[in-house]
Amino acid sequence: MSRKNNMLKQKKINARILKDKIFSGVIFLFSFITISPIIFIIINLISKGYKQINLSFFTETTPDTYEAMVAVSNNKIIPGGILNGITGSFLMVSLASIMAIPIGILIGIYLYENSSKRYANIVRDITDILQGVPSIVLGLISYFWVVKNITNGFSALAGSTALAIMMLPLIIRSTEETFKMIPGTIKEAAIALGVPYHKIIFRVLIPTGFSGLLTGILLAISRIIGETAPLMLTALGSMKVSFNIEKPISAVPLLIWEFYNDPNMVNLIWASSLFLMIFVLTLNLLSKYIVQRSI
Amino acid sequence: MELIKHIKDPLLELKNLTVSYNKTKEAVTNVSVGIKKNKVTAIMGPSGCGKSTLLRAVNRMHALYPNIEVQGEIFLNGENISSMSDILLRRKIGMVFQRPNPFPTMSIYDNVIAGYKLNGIRIKKNKKDEIVEKALNDVALWDEVKDSLNKKGTFLSGGQQQRLCIARAIAFLPDVILLDEPTSALDPIATKKVEELLVELKEKYTIILVTHNMAQAARISDYSMFMYLGKLIEYGKTKNMFINPIDKRTEEYLTGKFS
Repeated sequence: MSRKNNMLKQKKINARILKDKIFSGVIFLFSFITISPIIFIIINLISKGYKQINLSFFTETTPDTYEAMVAVSNNKIIPGGILNGITGSFLMVSLASIMAIPIGILIGIYLYENSSKRYANIVRDITDILQGVPSIVLGLISYFWVVKNITNGFSALAGSTALAIMMLPLIIRSTEETFKMIPGTIKEAAIALGVPYHKIIFRVLIPTGFSGLLTGILLAISRIIGETAPLMLTALGSMKVSFNIEKPISAVPLLIWEFYNDPNMVNLIWASSLFLMIFVLTLNLLSKYIVQRSI
Repeated sequence: MELIKHIKDPLLELKNLTVSYNKTKEAVTNVSVGIKKNKVTAIMGPSGCGKSTLLRAVNRMHALYPNIEVQGEIFLNGENISSMSDILLRRKIGMVFQRPNPFPTMSIYDNVIAGYKLNGIRIKKNKKDEIVEKALNDVALWDEVKDSLNKKGTFLSGGQQQRLCIARAIAFLPDVILLDEPTSALDPIATKKVEELLVELKEKYTIILVTHNMAQAARISDYSMFMYLGKLIEYGKTKNMFINPIDKRTEEYLTGKFS
């Protein structure tokens, strides 16, 4: 009798083990399906783009259509590069960071310090809404604010403004979350030494949460550097390397769009995309590394 | 109150101190005591009796929270503390917390002189070295860390971190050191070291110690307060209180009838 019972038990256990294995297998499959696009994208970009990546890709500006056509019809690589895009992206992202980082961190600190106040809750909600606003709408807003009223024409400043608005909610929330992670006892230690409020924030809390703030900033940059739509309405694009913030300027994602519209430049699409992808990937990995090291 | 007459020439004097978290609930009710210089005074009582709240009123930590109201007066060396600036008050009254809380971004060295650094008090390098060495010597940490002063404060063990925090408090050469259950997060060996340290430190400083550990109060304190439900029930020499408590509630607490 008891032996029969034991066998029955064993059978049940075996069925459970089988179920467990099937379930693990399904999860594994799904997770593979989830990560497979990024693997295919990277393989695709490398195989199609690597030919165009050479020194001149980083040191020369975009070729004109005729040059590209001649090269393509002779089966040669397209001359020129995306220097104008790289410098443009760099300029606009820097400008956007200068605008968004200090404001974002200060608002984040405000939300942390006054977390339950009514006004803070409103600000937090609006920040969340801002994060959900389509980027092209931000481009339109910047068009009406900056292009029409400040620079009287498409400009790097207008592009940076749109990007800065995109960065703000990301930095605000990451700052607030970072500060929430800092133990309250650290703050109390500073208070007990008679340290004034502003010094507690700038000399104790910000250094303590520095890696968290940096991570938020890096992720925000990697988020905006690939933005195309708002730049079409604001920065427009340019064939030259320019550092004038009142004039139209190029950016890497804008160039990808331009290459797409020119049948002779197709090969440059892949190379530029590869460059952008590697840049964003590096920023993401860097922020991951910073988080891990700080724990 | 008659209790205050126990102490002649108190260094610190609380008069009718009442702390309330909101309009209806008083955490500390009308406490008046004098604290004797160069002694260890323990504040005992069950959890929630207001002992930490009382301690934090002494260096005005409550000022941070707008809904906490503190009434009554506190005198340090006869001077009303409400007339002192935050920095001056906290220079004279240092504080050590329940959990060791060295600044995680600062080295051991910088942690000790954090009070000077963060307040922008400029001192010469050799004076700084002197302060750091003296403070670390006072907390018996110098020999353990003298070769790693540039390492982060959080690199030390829990007991060492707590002694570092005491060093940070005494680097300002305060009159009074407030300790809020300083050993509750430490293991027995580290606890013993901190207790021995406090007994040594009372030569130079006046120590007020909040503890929920009666044995600790008995071991190291000279005077003891027993608080219950926000009121000061009994205050006197520790020996007398443990041998011959006057109030029934004190007796019940000390004999373990409630805790």
